[in-house]
Amino acid sequence: MSGPRLAAALAIAALVGAPFVPMGGMRQYVLHVAIQIFIWAFIGSAWSLMGRFGLVSLGHGAFLGVGAYTTVLLWNHFRLTPWLGGPAGVGLAVLVALVLGYPCFRFRVVGHYFGLVTLAVGEVVRLLIIAERDCTDGSLGLTLKTAGGDSLLAVQFADKRVFYYAALLVWLAGLWIWHRVDRSMARAALEAIGEDETAAASVGIHVTRFKLGITVASAALTAFGGALYAQYITYVNPDTLSGIGVSLKIVFAVVLGGMYSLLGPLIGTALTTALSEGLRIAFGLKFLGMAETIYGVLLIVFIIFLPAGIAGGARRLVGRRVAPVTASPA
Amino acid sequence: MLEVRRVTAGYGAFTALWDVSLTVAAGEAVAVVGPNGAGKTTLMRVISGLVPSRGGELVFEGTPLTGRRAHQIVAHGIAHVPEGRRIFPGLTVAENLKMGAFLPPARRAYRQSLERVYGLFPVLAERRAQRAGSLSGGEQQMLAIGRALMSRPKLILLDEPSMGLAPVMVFRLFDLIRRVRAEGYTILVVEQNVRQVLKLVDRAYLLEVGRIRMEGRAELLSEQDFVRKAYMGL
Repeated sequence: MSGPRLAAALAIAALVGAPFVPMGGMRQYVLHVAIQIFIWAFIGSAWSLMGRFGLVSLGHGAFLGVGAYTTVLLWNHFRLTPWLGGPAGVGLAVLVALVLGYPCFRFRVVGHYFGLVTLAVGEVVRLLIIAERDCTDGSLGLTLKTAGGDSLLAVQFADKRVFYYAALLVWLAGLWIWHRVDRSMARAALEAIGEDETAAASVGIHVTRFKLGITVASAALTAFGGALYAQYITYVNPDTLSGIGVSLKIVFAVVLGGMYSLLGPLIGTALTTALSEGLRIAFGLKFLGMAETIYGVLLIVFIIFLPAGIAGGARRLVGRRVAPVTASPA
Repeated sequence: MLEVRRVTAGYGAFTALWDVSLTVAAGEAVAVVGPNGAGKTTLMRVISGLVPSRGGELVFEGTPLTGRRAHQIVAHGIAHVPEGRRIFPGLTVAENLKMGAFLPPARRAYRQSLERVYGLFPVLAERRAQRAGSLSGGEQQMLAIGRALMSRPKLILLDEPSMGLAPVMVFRLFDLIRRVRAEGYTILVVEQNVRQVLKLVDRAYLLEVGRIRMEGRAELLSEQDFVRKAYMGL
């Protein structure tokens, strides 16, 4: 086995074994944090699928909310298993992505304007959830009705380890998808589109189709992540699952970690989670909004000094150290 | 090979082309000349599908192409070298050329095409690993033409190839276009550098405010008094 492969295998083995390491009374908490990181890193990967090509969405909360709420509502009102409710939520998110994406891409709404449109869509979904109070309980949020104990059909488990492994698996699947896209012709096409749409069209790239394709993929994965998150937390709230706040949280974690790297979203999510947990433990509820303030400052610092994120910056640093060696024979 | 019949096109309330007709036969080099704002670029964009036509027909090798979008037009064998070159500045020279061979039939012949392009433009081979945005204007124009050739076109649309180039480079570039022609490609070129381009092509059309004002053999056009005065500075 080659170096990187071996390292990856070891890392995965360590992650698989982690829940069985004795942690004193901390196990539940550690698992809880780890699950959150995996799910949000997966959502971050889904976002960066399109974000890395200049399709910067500031409204991924829309897909997250649609995925989570559809799953929970179908279960609470109709007792429809999340195994079907989840795909329904994903389907609905795909529909939203098509309705959002097609006009934008066909009529060339790009860059900041595209960002603003997505921002609006994220808010529209949040407001819709609040407005449909009879069905969604509005801004109070909605608790997932219990199936009365562990149930595979309802995807409800008291043992956090089940969710830990599920989240780990989903995160790995997200990495695999990211990797597949990275190696595909679609990546080349989307990079060309990101550089110059007219030129891309004139070499034969179907601009609308590629942009729509990656947007739909990103939306579907995000909605799936939302559904999984809802099943784990067993509570959905319009402010934590849709709208500007959560949308920017996704973007921030990915930009921090590095949106052009496989592990960027994980690194970013781990750091933002550690930051908000640390602040919560250190200050309790005394400084509400402190985490967001620090996020904001860090975001500015990162965009100026490390635009490729931590993962991208680290890679460049390693590259620089290696480069003179390869150049030395001359 | 290419027939444009009574095409009308424009942007919003503005009509840039009125009833424009032209033909290009296989193996021919044809120029469309005219002043700024005559509609030359619009005409090229209509042919390559970047701007929809409002009336008229577009026929290529007997196939009607009216209303097709840009990516479909390329698949039929028309490659557009857009005004201002429009290379992918962040990609390397080699990656730019690779993108030119994006469609599956072109991708299959990728190696062959690449050799051919490097043969025509050796400077591109030298700079293959360099970012395209760091090339000089003339090199970028070569890259744009090379990228178009990578799609294995039958007809090449060149939009203002000499734009923004130093006079020395303009000479070299026209020389290179002559070599591309000698390879057997059919060329439709739009140019403001009338004197140079009329030496390159067989026939030419004069486009003024959206209408074809005149057409004929290149020598004939360059002998017209008013063409010499207005466009060639003689």
